[in-house]
Amino acid sequence: MKLSTLLKTLLKTLLNLLLRWRKFVLTGVVAFAAGALGVVVFDTAMEQTNTEAFCISCHEMKNTVYSEYQGSLHYTNRSGMRATCPDCHVPKEFAPKMVAKIKASNDLLHNILGTIDTPAKFEARRPKMAQSEWRRMKANDSQECRNCHDADSFDYGVQSYRSVNQHTEGLASGQTCIDCHKGITHRLPQIDQGVGSLVETGLSQDLVRPPVTPKE
Amino acid sequence: MKSRLLAVFQASLFAGLLLLPGAPFGADDGGLATLRGAPIPSAVPESGDALRKAIETDPLERDFTQQPPLVTHAVDNYPVTRNFNKCLDCHSWENYRKEKATKVSQTHFQGADGQDLANISPRRYFCLQCHVPQVDAKPLIANTYERATSRQ
Repeated sequence: MKLSTLLKTLLKTLLNLLLRWRKFVLTGVVAFAAGALGVVVFDTAMEQTNTEAFCISCHEMKNTVYSEYQGSLHYTNRSGMRATCPDCHVPKEFAPKMVAKIKASNDLLHNILGTIDTPAKFEARRPKMAQSEWRRMKANDSQECRNCHDADSFDYGVQSYRSVNQHTEGLASGQTCIDCHKGITHRLPQIDQGVGSLVETGLSQDLVRPPVTPKE
Repeated sequence: MKSRLLAVFQASLFAGLLLLPGAPFGADDGGLATLRGAPIPSAVPESGDALRKAIETDPLERDFTQQPPLVTHAVDNYPVTRNFNKCLDCHSWENYRKEKATKVSQTHFQGADGQDLANISPRRYFCLQCHVPQVDAKPLIANTYERATSRQ
């Protein structure tokens, strides 16, 4: 008997409060709904820009880096596992992903300016673009590679002796995937290997073959 | 009703017979035929692992003097483009020691006019034009070629 009266008074006060603050309550509910909707819309839009179809909707990508990727092991391989553009080029974690997306909005400007709208222009800018991506991957310890490849899971028994040597030596000296694995999916920019006219125009060979300095 | 079913059956049988001689998706030939209609045995893809094992063995004997030495490793995904030559990444004089690889022959340091160059001549840039991965393949056409006496 006592309990029910207590409950009744409690309900009454709650109702009174709700009625008195109904404006605020309503605003709160609406704000929450709007927020939830906003998150969903934002996330969906973000996912849309994270698809291969979106990436190659610009011909700058489609006729150059995308067609190169189609001949690579990340496109087709014996186990049928494919990594698409965002798997390597967009971080999975929220904050780095936002940074990448904001930086990528710069591409819109250059799309309008036509900075790389011909193969020749693309080739001329390839060293700059490639190096900026290498820098990014070096800075995050090749996180996008490591999302799938884990050095701790290497079975050195099935790697060729060349791979074993390079991996053990490189990893022991604190090198990261991208230090050596450049140009595995897209074509490399001109690298100076001491042959012919590339000596004047190419990037240093050290970029694809970093000198190994053992850790102290 | 019965007769209509029979008609359908006959029609499908007839259609099947029509398709039979041409049989574009025959069991054995994999649908391949020469322009004159002779069947081509279906191409069963060779296992990459088997091929790799065949390549990565001791170097095969050379058959004639000045034969370009064969490559003893797979070269797929080793690009040789205008921008970059993956072979030189290990076989150049700068890098071969580190990789314990064979170094490019001194003969490749000669320019088109016979002058000596400091590094590999651009005309020798496309390694795979002469050096190919080794495999003990049967000759496509029987021939009487014999190894040079010095190589026998």
